[in-house]
Amino acid sequence: MANPKPEELAKIEYQPVKTGWLETPTVFKKGMFCYASKAKSLETVSFPNPRQWSASDEDWKLPDNWQEIFIEGLRERVDKYRSFRLFLDICVRCGACADKCHYYIGSGDPKNMPVLRAELLRSIYRKYCTTSGKIMGKIAGARDLNVDVLKEIWYYAYQCSECRRCSVFCPYGIDTAEITILARELLNLLGLNIEWIAGPVANCWLTGNHLGLQPHTIKDTFEMFIEDIEKYTGIKVAPTFNRKGAEILFVVPSGSLFADPGTFTAMGELLLFHELGLDYTWSTFASEGGDFGFFTSNEMAKRLHNKIYEEARRLKVKWVMGGECGHMWRVWHQYHNTWFGPMDFLEQPVSPITGTKFENARSNKTVHVCEFTADLIKHGKLNLDKSRNDNLIVTYHDSCNTSRGMGFLEEPRYIINSVCNNFFEMPPQTIREQTFCCGSGSGLNASEDMELRLRGGLPRANAVRHVHQKHGVNMLACICAIDRAVLPPLMDYWVPGVDVTGVHEMVANALICKGEKERTTNLRGEPLPGMEGE
Amino acid sequence: MGLLFSFFAVVALIAVVFIGVSGANLYYLFGVIIPYAAFLTFIVGIVYRVLKWAKIPVPFRIPTTAGQEKSFPWIKANSIDNPSSGFGVIVRMALEVLLFRSLFRNTRLELRDGPKISYASSKWLWLGGLAFHYTFLVILIRHMRLFFEPVPGVIGIVESLDGFFQVGAPVLYITDLIFLGAVTFLFLRRVVIPQIRYISLAADYFPLFLICSIGITGVLMRYFLKTDVVGIKELTMGWVTLNPIVPQGINIIFYIHLFLVCSLLAYFPMSKLMHMAGVFLSPTRNLANTNRAEMHVNPWNYPVKVHTYQEYEDDYREKMKAAGLPVEKE
Repeated sequence: MANPKPEELAKIEYQPVKTGWLETPTVFKKGMFCYASKAKSLETVSFPNPRQWSASDEDWKLPDNWQEIFIEGLRERVDKYRSFRLFLDICVRCGACADKCHYYIGSGDPKNMPVLRAELLRSIYRKYCTTSGKIMGKIAGARDLNVDVLKEIWYYAYQCSECRRCSVFCPYGIDTAEITILARELLNLLGLNIEWIAGPVANCWLTGNHLGLQPHTIKDTFEMFIEDIEKYTGIKVAPTFNRKGAEILFVVPSGSLFADPGTFTAMGELLLFHELGLDYTWSTFASEGGDFGFFTSNEMAKRLHNKIYEEARRLKVKWVMGGECGHMWRVWHQYHNTWFGPMDFLEQPVSPITGTKFENARSNKTVHVCEFTADLIKHGKLNLDKSRNDNLIVTYHDSCNTSRGMGFLEEPRYIINSVCNNFFEMPPQTIREQTFCCGSGSGLNASEDMELRLRGGLPRANAVRHVHQKHGVNMLACICAIDRAVLPPLMDYWVPGVDVTGVHEMVANALICKGEKERTTNLRGEPLPGMEGE
Repeated sequence: MGLLFSFFAVVALIAVVFIGVSGANLYYLFGVIIPYAAFLTFIVGIVYRVLKWAKIPVPFRIPTTAGQEKSFPWIKANSIDNPSSGFGVIVRMALEVLLFRSLFRNTRLELRDGPKISYASSKWLWLGGLAFHYTFLVILIRHMRLFFEPVPGVIGIVESLDGFFQVGAPVLYITDLIFLGAVTFLFLRRVVIPQIRYISLAADYFPLFLICSIGITGVLMRYFLKTDVVGIKELTMGWVTLNPIVPQGINIIFYIHLFLVCSLLAYFPMSKLMHMAGVFLSPTRNLANTNRAEMHVNPWNYPVKVHTYQEYEDDYREKMKAAGLPVEKE
C-alpha cells in the first residue's frame, strides 16, 4: 500500500467533529492498525481464545461471556493497581495532555488525546465499577460495554505507544501508559492481541528472543560480525556464548543481531569489550533484553524475562549488563527487581576496568552498557579518535522509556560528546523528559500500520528536520533497538538525508584498538573522513 | 448536553432552596439538618475514598522520571524531578501540590505549513488554576471567622491583606474578584477551545457552575444585599457548639449560598474534585526512582509459568552441540 505523500499527510485537522465522542462511532482506517494475532501465537503461550480472526471483520469471534470476562478483569485490576483506579478516578479533563501525544499531533484524531483515550475505558469503569455511573449513566460519562465499544478500545489501545509523555504534563501524574497497559491486558483476556506483538512473544517463549533466532543461528550471526570487524579493523574478536564462570552476562535486544543499523551497535559492543579484555559472555538462551510480553500483560512480561536471571544463576556470573534498548530498560529498571528480587545470587556490579561500584544498581545488579562505557571514558580508559566521526553531524533522540521511566539522559550524551566533534541538540521541548516517541513503540512497529507510524513519528521527525536544516545534522543517534529499526524509514519519509546509529557504533568507530590495522572504513564499511580516496 | 444539564441542575438546586425556605419555611432543614448532613458526607466520603485508594497496593515503583537519575557522582542528578530520596519526593510533591509544577510545563502546539511544528509556552491554564485554587483557599480561611469566637488573629490578618486596596464599603476583597475571574476563565476555556469542549462532561461543568453560583451569591450577600451578619454568626456558632439555633430574619440569599455550599460538600467525595486528595497518592509522582538500588515489593507478586533453560536445551540440544555451544546434558 502506497503511503500518502508527506505534504498530504501533514494536512492535519485538529478541529474535532461536531458529534460528541460518545456518539461518534470509530471507523477502522487502513494503515492505522495492525494485523490481528494468530491462533498459533496465542496457543504457544497458552493465551485465551486462540482463533483466526481479523480486525476488519464484523465478527471478532469473542467468547459468549466476553463482557463478563472483561468487566471482571477490570474489577480485579482496579483493586490490584492503585495507579489504575486512581487514574480512572481523578482526571479533571483539563486538557493539558491533549496536544502532548505524538499520535494526536500527527493525526488530529480527538480520541488520540490522552485524556480521551483514557475516557474510552474510564466510561466503562464508571458504568460497572462506580455508583454514580451505574445510576446516572451517560450524564455521568458512563456507557455500556458493547462490541463497538470494545473494538474502539482495541483500536486506540494499539494507537498508544505507552511513551508517558502525557504523564510529564499531567498535574496529577496520570500516566496513560498505565491505562493502555491494563487495557491491553484486558483485551488479551479475550484473545485480542496484534500479531506483531503476539508473534514475538511466542518466539521469545520458545527461543529466548523475539525474532525466533535459534542458538546456532545466533552463533552464525556472530560469525558474520566477527568477519566484518576483522575486515574493517584487522582485529579478530572472540566472543563466548553460554559460558559458565564469566564475570558478566551481557544481554541485548535481539534486534541488534538482526538488521542494520542495530547490528553495527552489536559489532561496536563486541569490539569495545574485546579491546577491554572483558570477562563476559553472551547467551543464546537469554538472547533478548526486550520484552514484548510487557505489551501483553504483566504476567507475560514476567514469564519472558525470568530467563535472564535463570541464565545468570546457571552461568554463575557476578552481574548482568544490558545493551542499548528502550522498553527493555523500562522493564529492567522498574519491574525486574520487583518480579525477581532479591538477586542474592549476584554481586553488586563493579566495573572490572575502573573499579567503579555501580551504586545505583546495587540491588538488582544490572548495569546499562552506556553507564559502563561512560564510566570507562570518564576514567580515561579508552583511546578515542573523535575525528573518525567527523563526517557525522549528530543529534540524539532520547527514547521514551529510558528518559521517562528511568531518567537516563546524561550518560549517552557524555559518550557521544566524547566520540564525535559535531553534536547538536534538538529543541528542548522535544528531548530529554519531553522527548517524542519514534511513533512505533510498544510493539506497533509493524508494516501494515505504516500510516500510524509516520503520523506518530512526525513530531520526532520534525525536530530532527529542524537541526538538519539549521546545523546540517545527518546522523540521529539513539539507544533503542526499536528506534534503530523504525527511525530510518521515518527519516527517509520526513527528513531524507539523515541516517540512524546506535551510540556504541560511534564508540567503536572512534576507538583506537591495540594492534588494529590502519582504519580506513567505519563498521559499515563506509570510508572514514579523509579516507574517501583509499 | 453536559453543559445544559449542569446549568439546569444548579438552577434546580437554587429553586429547591428558594421554595423550601421562602415558600415552606423549612428553616431548620436548610439551616441545620442539611448543613450537618453535607458536612458529614464530605468528611466521611473523603475518608472512605482515600482509604479505598490507600488499601490498593502499588505493585510497581513507576515514577515518571522528568530529569536525570542519580547515577555517578560526576553526573548532576535532578533530585526534584527524578528524586532518589524521600526528601526529594517531598519537595517534588510540595512543588506539585503547592505550585502545580507539571502544569507549569504546559506548551501549546502550533502546526504550520512545511510541516513545521512548534511548541509555544502556554501558562494560562497554570495561572488560572493557581489563581482559582489559592483565592478559594483564602476565601475559605476568611470564612473561618464564622466558626471561632473570638476570631483568631490570623484570620484578621488574611482579611486585611485581602482588603489591602481599601476600595468601597464594605471593603472589596481582591480574592473575590480574582476568584470569579478564574472560575469564568476555567469555564470559558471549556466552551471556547474546541478540543476542551469535546472532552468536557457534565461532571466538568456542574462543579464549575456550582462554585461560580456560590461565588456570586457570596458576593451579592457581601456587597449588594444586606444580610444579618450577627444572625449568621449565631447560626454557624450554633453548629460548632452542637447547639444549633435558627435566628430569625436572615436573608434568603444566605440560604441559597449555604445550600449550594452544602451541595458542593456532599458532591465532592463522589466527583473528580477528589483530585485534591488523589494527587498525594499518585504513584508516578510520590515514589523515589531508586528501582535498581532498592527492591520494591509487590504484595501480590506470584510465581509464573516459565520456559526453563532445561526445556530450551531439550529443544535445541543437537543444534547447540553442532554449533559448538556448551550444553548441560551431552
